[in-house]
Amino acid sequence: MTSVLYDAPGPKAKRRNLLFSVIFFVLLALLLWWVWQTLDDKNQLQWSLWKPFTTSEAWTTYLLPGLADTLKAAALAMVIALPLGAVLGILRLSDHRWVRIPAGAVVEFFRAIPVLLLMLFANEFYVRSTGIPSDERPLYAVVTGLVLYNASVLAEVVRAGILSLPKGQSEAAMAIGLRKSQTMTSILLPQAVTAMLPAIVSQLVVIVKDTALGGVMLGFTELLNTRSTLAANYANVIPSFIVVAVIFIVLNFILTSFASWLEGRLRRSKRSTGAVLGADKVDDVNAAEVGDTYGTGAEGRI
Amino acid sequence: MFDFLSKYDDPSVLGAFWVTIQLTVLSAIGSLIWGTFLAAMRVSPVPLMRGFGTAYVNIVRNIPLTVIIVFTSLGLADIFGMTMGASEDFAVKNFRLALLGLVAYTAAFVCEAIRSGINTVPVGQAEAARAIGLSFSQVLRLVVLPQAFRSVIGPLANVLIALTKNTTVAAAIGVAEAALLMKEMIENEAQTLLIGAIFAFGFVVLTLPTGLILGWLSKRLAVKR
Amino acid sequence: MKLRKVSAAAATALVLALTATACGGDNGGDSNGSGSGGGDKIKIGIKYDQPGLGLKEPDGSFSGFDVDVATYVAKELGYEPNQIEWVETKSADRENALSRGDVKMIAATYSITDERKQKVDFAGPYLLAHQDLLVKKDSDITKATDLNEKKLCSVAGSTSAQNVKDDFAPKAQLDQRGGYSECLAALQSGGVDALTTDDSILAGYAAQEQYKGQFKLAGLKLSNENYGIGVKKGDKATLDKINAALEKMVSDGSWEKAVKENFGPANYKNEPAPKIGQIVQ
Repeated sequence: MTSVLYDAPGPKAKRRNLLFSVIFFVLLALLLWWVWQTLDDKNQLQWSLWKPFTTSEAWTTYLLPGLADTLKAAALAMVIALPLGAVLGILRLSDHRWVRIPAGAVVEFFRAIPVLLLMLFANEFYVRSTGIPSDERPLYAVVTGLVLYNASVLAEVVRAGILSLPKGQSEAAMAIGLRKSQTMTSILLPQAVTAMLPAIVSQLVVIVKDTALGGVMLGFTELLNTRSTLAANYANVIPSFIVVAVIFIVLNFILTSFASWLEGRLRRSKRSTGAVLGADKVDDVNAAEVGDTYGTGAEGRI
Repeated sequence: MFDFLSKYDDPSVLGAFWVTIQLTVLSAIGSLIWGTFLAAMRVSPVPLMRGFGTAYVNIVRNIPLTVIIVFTSLGLADIFGMTMGASEDFAVKNFRLALLGLVAYTAAFVCEAIRSGINTVPVGQAEAARAIGLSFSQVLRLVVLPQAFRSVIGPLANVLIALTKNTTVAAAIGVAEAALLMKEMIENEAQTLLIGAIFAFGFVVLTLPTGLILGWLSKRLAVKR
Repeated sequence: MKLRKVSAAAATALVLALTATACGGDNGGDSNGSGSGGGDKIKIGIKYDQPGLGLKEPDGSFSGFDVDVATYVAKELGYEPNQIEWVETKSADRENALSRGDVKMIAATYSITDERKQKVDFAGPYLLAHQDLLVKKDSDITKATDLNEKKLCSVAGSTSAQNVKDDFAPKAQLDQRGGYSECLAALQSGGVDALTTDDSILAGYAAQEQYKGQFKLAGLKLSNENYGIGVKKGDKATLDKINAALEKMVSDGSWEKAVKENFGPANYKNEPAPKIGQIVQ
């Protein structure tokens, strides 16, 4: 791997890098060894604490139903929030003040409130004004909260993506006689979405993780919530947290890998259009290619 | 209608929000430092450091914050005995543990924002810096990072706003910030909506100016090219 | 170019299909819980995470004293065990769940207090428990005042630890955690010195296989907790039926049997069956 940030290592630099690597490795290994030892001292590595996870019941009774609810809420929220976010983002770029300003107000407002509160409000709203049965209400409330917040964030991502496109794109579209809506849907939006894919994906990861907020106050039976029931049964609080953390990491890793595969597909023929490269790709790309583009990838929204 | 608020004076609503602000500011500073280190690791010439940076970001970013915060308490404090120099005072200990969790989590996002900022620096800048004989750390410190920071103020503002709201998760280990007080009020008063609205308003007051000020700042400080 | 569009479309279709199947799952088999009698179901709120009182077992069934009492009462109200739909009601959500009508009744270590009586009605009491301390086997904490300078774990939002601090040990350090399981883990690893809540709950935890022989109850009666069955405010008809059922449960010996089954293994010395309507202050 080469980078513009440092010279190709010569013999001396190679030795120095090796030395750094060795020191770093030793420190890391020492840390891990200490972690392992302490866990062992405190009896957290006892087989009896981990054994429940090898039984099928722990999975079928607690973890899998929880995971199913987590996935259900996350998938619903994604499918609704993505188009809604795109629409809000486009509205915010409208030429008409009376469209632009309300859209902007909605986005700024929902972005400023913690998702947990949005879920709580949604829950109360559904209690008071709809007849949704009580066992489905937490799901509705969680999805509503997630959609309101994430659609606002996605709106900003889409807007930034459209703004980052070269002006020539919309000018050319106008020149060949496309209407404003056509320019948006067939020229600008596809490019903007492709360019912003890393940021969009990290937002989707946030959706998956934020489903966990519904468990604490609304009693939504997502993974973290069923984990506490599991831990009460097997009395293995710390191992159960570790297992759930690993499940979340794997889940989100699958999501991001799928997205980067999709991104590769979508971008393949775009080399020459000046589409923006995502930050997730920096490792593979020489910075020369992205040097003078607008740094929009992976905005690190949480 | 707001009578019940006077019942809560330890902490009061304002006091609880003050803790929220402290948590936000301190973890913002901490995650900025640690996140910059991580970003430097991810672009460094040492392969193992690159690997560590990548692994750190991908693991920490994918775990729900609640799990991380609970881990600082159950894992770090109880099992590994890291009481953050305050083993006797729980309020202080939990505050510091929550701080640590927030920094560890937010730094992953700061790292990614800064890394995309590094992308915006024209390649000629780094090449010129290397041509005059600067080492990697000099290139990064003197040339690339100062420009990168200015171009990612916008994304960093988003991280900061998210961080402000994420401090509510600290309630999970009993830090007396806004969300914990809200939980207590909701449990004791039968006015869920009103209480929720009060706290929502508080967060809007905290986050809206942050976004506006930093948005203005990012325009002012943008590197003109 | 073409392939690109096809794969994008395929991805979209995949996501949609996933959602569709996910949605399909939850529509089956729910009925409305507010109806009563006949072939309807009844929704009862319990705890899912308290061994000995209300616990969701690995096989998906429910066990515990609260569960047995609720099952008996439901039977008297005309519902067979297979008509009961258990709902998890966390402490913070109990009053709301009743007033919204999400559940018909709640038997979830629900102490009768004056504040709660303003929002819901209580049948019972059906058990008299006391606030107590759970400490390590070799601990030297024997009375509440020993807690001064010690670390006391409590669950966020619960008032029992605050009461101990206010009444007995002003210098105790309160450490708030997310749940009792977390407190127990902290007690085991030495992060805290004691855990306080009702002795019935503590006994259940201490008797768990993982913790067996590690903890002991201090045996203090710091307060009286009268467990009642909560119903919606004003639902007098249900209230009377539940009270009658509870009386019958005590008189026909089922109460004693349930106590033995659930608290026996935990070595919990329970108080005799309380009289209906008699709240021990």
